[in-house]
Amino acid sequence: MITLLATWTFGVTLALVALGVFVSYRLFSFPDITTDGSFTLGAVTTTVLLVAGHDPAIATLGGAAAGAAAGACTGLLHAILRIEPLLSGILVTTALSSVNLVVLGRSNVPLAGTATLLDRAETLLLPALTAAGCGDAAGEAARLIVMLAGVGIAVILLWAFFRTNLGTAMRAGGDTATMARALGRDTGLLTVGGLAIANALTALSGALVAQVQGFADVQMGIGMVVWGMASVFLGAALVGPVRLGGALVATVAGSITFRLIVASALRAGLHPDWLKAATALVVLAALIAPRLLARRPQASAAR
Amino acid sequence: MLDVRHATVAFSAPGGPLVRAVDDISLTIPAGTFVVVIGTNGSGKSTLLGAIAGTVRLDAGSIHVAGHELTAWRENRRARYVGRVFQDPRAGTAASLSVLENLAVAASRGRPVGLGWATPRRLRAEAAHRLAAIQPGLEQRLDQPIGSMSGGQRQIVALVMATWHRPEILLLDEHTAALDPASADRVVQATAKLVRDQQLTALMVTHSLEQAAGLGNRLLLVHRGRIALDVEGGAKRRLSPEDLAGRFDRLRRADQLDDPAARTLRDLYA
Repeated sequence: MITLLATWTFGVTLALVALGVFVSYRLFSFPDITTDGSFTLGAVTTTVLLVAGHDPAIATLGGAAAGAAAGACTGLLHAILRIEPLLSGILVTTALSSVNLVVLGRSNVPLAGTATLLDRAETLLLPALTAAGCGDAAGEAARLIVMLAGVGIAVILLWAFFRTNLGTAMRAGGDTATMARALGRDTGLLTVGGLAIANALTALSGALVAQVQGFADVQMGIGMVVWGMASVFLGAALVGPVRLGGALVATVAGSITFRLIVASALRAGLHPDWLKAATALVVLAALIAPRLLARRPQASAAR
Repeated sequence: MLDVRHATVAFSAPGGPLVRAVDDISLTIPAGTFVVVIGTNGSGKSTLLGAIAGTVRLDAGSIHVAGHELTAWRENRRARYVGRVFQDPRAGTAASLSVLENLAVAASRGRPVGLGWATPRRLRAEAAHRLAAIQPGLEQRLDQPIGSMSGGQRQIVALVMATWHRPEILLLDEHTAALDPASADRVVQATAKLVRDQQLTALMVTHSLEQAAGLGNRLLLVHRGRIALDVEGGAKRRLSPEDLAGRFDRLRRADQLDDPAARTLRDLYA
């Protein structure tokens, strides 16, 4: 029970990465490698702030803000210096691997004995959950509830933001830049803003993951962008074509589903070393499946 | 009103000669004039439109719209005064956004955007009203992704978008060229109605000589980066598609002669 809950908590926390990749990749068609670096950046920034004795909420927000700055850097490289999306992300994420190491001081810092956002949530919810008969699982249940609430708020805020004038202009610019420019929007600036939002979400996820697992590691972000894409694709496959709100919820569902698949695969005997390779395979399958399906005669006739 | 002064745009292919796509064009279009622009492929008509829209940089000369000099302005800043409809409906509308959301972006054309709700009820009512006025039935489809509509319908919405706020100048760049004849007809009618109702100043590039003869109150024939023919009023009304086809033929024949002869012929016809 506790392991299952922990799996869910992890999947829900990583859903923020999936939401970030949804913003950069789906809304802006920007394959943003910065994700790998900003996930770690969020984790190390928050960890350092926590160890220094800052309030967990401030430390977590600090991690997200650092991610926003990293995303803005990638956006600026692309928008102002006209560097290709992939290369912009590679440059920033490479630079970030040094930044992360310097910020953290060494490659791994534990959070043992430091009060985290999750400890606070447990203290808050534990009495009620114990009274409700959760027993041993009450602590883990409290973590899951807090993470679900956090991701729920993130989905609602994103949905609302992308339906404002600014957010709609961002979606328009990400979809068809010629149209947005002809209507007066600075598409470069919109991309910078979109990547800042995307990487703030990713870094927030990193900040929370560090607190869930109780340590920050400079390697923890490797492969996150592929993880996020797998979740986005899986979510899209689960629900089919939907509007913005549905797509955001589907992305969260995709992340949790993917985490459960991974947990099952590990339990079935997949060696953890093969995890990232398996993730890459899932993304590959998601990319080529629509093409293979479209070749089927009845599918093309239905179009 | 639009004022183009000594506009020149030169291109050079690597190792090739310098080609003046727009060669010292000066042009004044008073407010309320609907100008049709025709010309052979590579004549410079689209480059001229791009120079006004801000997608092509001038090498010399200046562009003025409603008393503002736009020459150094970037494309998106010019949107304050310039409305545009593209040849490809996919370039002028955002496929994944609903019809209403596309119109919402147009409703903020050239204005700063904030965190206000993009699609409030009064925008929906206004959008339904405007779409129904131009093509009844479209107002039923406000919540559909615009990518699910036909090219002709998208182009009608694009016209409503470009004219949501009355532009000082409306640029139409072969906006019916990608459509089937029936859709092109509907878009032409919608264009004529919008230009008439809003008394717009418009510049429309077209390949259709029927459109060129039938629409607008002034006609420009662009050839080799220069204006080879500029007629308005009664002279414009008397032009038939056959007259225009004849002009094209003579220009093409003149091109086949050597350069000084071609220049003389061009001067004769201009």
